[in-house]
Amino acid sequence: MDNKKTSRAPVSQQQFKVQKPEDTNTIGGMISVEINEKKISVPLGTTILEACKMNQIHIPTLCHHEDLCVAGVCRVCVVEVEGMRTLQAACAFPITAPIKVRTSTSMVRKARRHVIDLLLSEHYGECYSCIRNGNCELQSLANEYGVDGYTFGHCDKPAYEVDKSSYSVIRDMSKCVLCKRCVRTCIDLQEVGVLEAIDKGDKTHISTFMEKPLADVICINCGQCINRCPTAALHANDPSDEIWDAIDNPKKHVVIQTAPSPRAAIAECFGIEPGTSMTQELNTALKRIGFDAVFDTNFTADLTIFEEGTELIIRLYKALVGGDKSVAFPQFTSCSPGWVKYLEHFYPEFIPNLSTAKSPQQMFGAIIKTFYAQQIGVDPKDVVSVALMPCSAKKFECNRPEMTDSGYKDVDYGLTTRELAKMIKEAGIYLPEMPKLHFDSPFGEASGAGLIFGATGGVMEAALRSVIEFVTGNKTEDIFANANITPVRGFEGVKYVELPINAVGPVPEILKHLVKDWNWLKGATLKVAVAHGTANAKKILDDIKRGGKFSECHFIEFMACPGGCIGGGGQPIPTSIEIRQARAKAIYAEDESLTMRKSHDNPYVKMIYEKFFTEGPCGHLSHKLLHTHYTPRGKFIS
Amino acid sequence: MEPIFKKQERTGPVLFSDYKRGEGIKKALEIGRENVLFELKSSKLKGRGGAGFPTSTKWMLTAAAKADQKFIVCNADEGEPGTFKDRVLLTEYPELVFDGMVIGGYTIGAKEGLVYLRGEYEYMYQYLEDYLEQMRKDNLLGKKILGLEDFNFDIKIRLGAGAYVCGEETALIESLEGQRGESRNRPPYPVNTGYNGRPTSVNNVETLAAAAHIVVKGGDWYAKVGTDKSSGSKLFSISGDCKKPGVYELPWGTKIKDLLKLVDASETKAVQVGGASGVCVPASQFDRTLAYEDVATGGSVMVFGKNRNMLKVLKNFMEFFVEESCGQCTPCRIGNVKLLEGVEMIEKGEFTFDYINKLKELGQSMQVASKCGLGQSSPNSFISIIENFKDEILNKIEA
Repeated sequence: MDNKKTSRAPVSQQQFKVQKPEDTNTIGGMISVEINEKKISVPLGTTILEACKMNQIHIPTLCHHEDLCVAGVCRVCVVEVEGMRTLQAACAFPITAPIKVRTSTSMVRKARRHVIDLLLSEHYGECYSCIRNGNCELQSLANEYGVDGYTFGHCDKPAYEVDKSSYSVIRDMSKCVLCKRCVRTCIDLQEVGVLEAIDKGDKTHISTFMEKPLADVICINCGQCINRCPTAALHANDPSDEIWDAIDNPKKHVVIQTAPSPRAAIAECFGIEPGTSMTQELNTALKRIGFDAVFDTNFTADLTIFEEGTELIIRLYKALVGGDKSVAFPQFTSCSPGWVKYLEHFYPEFIPNLSTAKSPQQMFGAIIKTFYAQQIGVDPKDVVSVALMPCSAKKFECNRPEMTDSGYKDVDYGLTTRELAKMIKEAGIYLPEMPKLHFDSPFGEASGAGLIFGATGGVMEAALRSVIEFVTGNKTEDIFANANITPVRGFEGVKYVELPINAVGPVPEILKHLVKDWNWLKGATLKVAVAHGTANAKKILDDIKRGGKFSECHFIEFMACPGGCIGGGGQPIPTSIEIRQARAKAIYAEDESLTMRKSHDNPYVKMIYEKFFTEGPCGHLSHKLLHTHYTPRGKFIS
Repeated sequence: MEPIFKKQERTGPVLFSDYKRGEGIKKALEIGRENVLFELKSSKLKGRGGAGFPTSTKWMLTAAAKADQKFIVCNADEGEPGTFKDRVLLTEYPELVFDGMVIGGYTIGAKEGLVYLRGEYEYMYQYLEDYLEQMRKDNLLGKKILGLEDFNFDIKIRLGAGAYVCGEETALIESLEGQRGESRNRPPYPVNTGYNGRPTSVNNVETLAAAAHIVVKGGDWYAKVGTDKSSGSKLFSISGDCKKPGVYELPWGTKIKDLLKLVDASETKAVQVGGASGVCVPASQFDRTLAYEDVATGGSVMVFGKNRNMLKVLKNFMEFFVEESCGQCTPCRIGNVKLLEGVEMIEKGEFTFDYINKLKELGQSMQVASKCGLGQSSPNSFISIIENFKDEILNKIEA
């Protein structure tokens, strides 16, 4: 992520203007510095922290985060720079001259220890009962610096009431250390701007507009702040106690669907390095915990491709053949609930562009309490539907009032990767040692296309794998080697791809009731784009408003979180670009290992259209159960 | 020593010496940028806000920076407790301040000057605006100033919102940009990346006023006053237990005891030099001189008579910092709370020497680890008062 060009960070922090060094030989290249009496050479403008990292010198940090712009506020990373009166924050000091740095002098160690002592004096540290016990950066710092007592006292009463108003994100400001990572995440990384420091001096705290509860402001529930909070000041709304109750209740039939991103990341909670997928081990663990059925969300991801793809075809047909100018283009994906709420708040005028197709989670929910309940002969009121998601916004999504099309709450609980890891540990299970087990039928078969929904560009790739074959009659492999549509992959903030449709084939059976032939698409160029992180989404939306090149797109994939779902707000902490890349790699590797890699090849999807949604995609019943509507929310806060 | 200047008369060899409005601008345009910088350099003028950075260097760096726009900012956020000299300059000598800004703008290549006026000085806003309007009419501001083809420069006044930290130049710039008043990381410095990311020179009111005189009368003339390392004169805002409080212009190098004589202070116990963030000088050290090389100050001098309770004085300062820390960096935000708690412990007699020593060490860490000058100087009074008035504090405990 190019976070140096973000919106609202102080200009000085966005761009380190690098001064030209006096020695002209070093211009445009390297500069030599001395760190702890060792001479090293680093690129001009490197921070002291980066230079130390490159040379295996550890500097403690707290407010620093790779994904975010520099803050330099916690002062844990201070070092001595020769010739300077005061200590300097290593994270914020760009090297532009041949300086001499010392990272562990008596003055440095004392200052760091003082900073940690001060933070501990105000942090409501109830470590035993804390959700981040064992994964808290303040705890680690205290450990690293051998804190053996509270030099400046300790806070034994919470200073703030916990804000539990949101379905997704809980704010416990008594644990806040004012590192402002959440502020920088919200304002700069996501460009949402819900959180900001309020008041000054000892009264400084992070809060919302008019100190409103989080549920009443324009929070999109993406949870990126949670992923970057060093303590438990921000955490997700955990439903695991309710889920345990359901599991323990013999009358309840508890079903869980698992999304691909948590499966590619949950191993991290068990000390395994990022990028290790544990899909089938997880199935066993879930069964042992006591879930009655374990299904694969990828199944409804495949279904989403049918519904959303059909919707796109209908829109194109209406516009190109019917000449209907009221059809909104480009069509936007709707599977990321953080993105959906972002649009509802910031760009409500674009709601007609949003696909009406529900997200895979909610489609699954609606099917479980209708078709599935019928099939197994259980009263849907006794079915408890849990969704394992990488996402905090999914908790809000399943509580949207419109998500009750089955006659019940379609999905009862959204569970994050972190929360499930905790449940698994609680059950005495060490996940990596679990034997492998397949998903339960009938929703256990899914294509690789559904799987790659987890990474940015995945939904687009999945859609294209099917669209290409539906329209041209050719195999995707004929155009893209191995059906890997690489132009839409990768972590670039905004991607744009054009696909000319040179030849058309016959209309497949399942779409025949909608279009007779594809001749109207012959010679057209399909224009698609992909954006991840709402800051990048904003760039595209503003471009569309200006009538730029994205306004000519037909279909755009948006994900609220940087990296897509694999970087979701429910994923294991910490997060970094390397970790997100490793998770994406795991997902793409799993996709490659499958034989069924296109949504339209999924026999169970065909089956459900034959047996249940008999009018086909975008038919009457599918409209009732698999599609939804949106709420223009705007930015006005009453 | 005789005063150079008595406040009622307001005359003196430097700031309060004769000056005709526009004189400095005219001279500056005549002699050219290089010579303005040369005169400033030979004057050895240092920043009068308290930090003492050489003004010629600051202007030179801003002038040398390449950018499409540059700014000169007048720091009129006079917020240091006990300072009121800028108020006198702005109300009685606006020609010096604004001429100084025009000269600065000309020298560094800025087209716009901004006055960051303390929120509490709102009452002079209209007066200053009227003054600027008159300057525009007289072609001392606006397009083609004094007929110089490519010199366009104007001044805007912006009001602060009352935060002490906004006197710190990078926090001031943040505030000017409409952000929360919080200091920035340095480097980069404002001379390269200042207001709106452009090279910016932030100068104190008094610095600009001095620059106007220096341009007219020459650097050497200025450097004759004061000491070798602290050239020229300084305005002192003197308050507290004395008969003649007010604003005095004295040469640098004046001894504290002479200053006390001047304001008719008797039985003085201590003098707080430099405001809340300054140091407390006990009677035993009144031989010390006011100068960058000895007791440096932005101009605030508070006189404490024999009946003053130094612990109360200290408590007042610490309460000030607990409230006025911007709250972003840990040492300043929480450190000052701990120091204040320490003072309260002493007040109640519930403390250990060991803990007070720990607080002193904490203060030393705050001095080096805080992000900006506010946190770095906030423990000064704690350390100096506890150190210098140990006996008084001890007596307090026994009582």
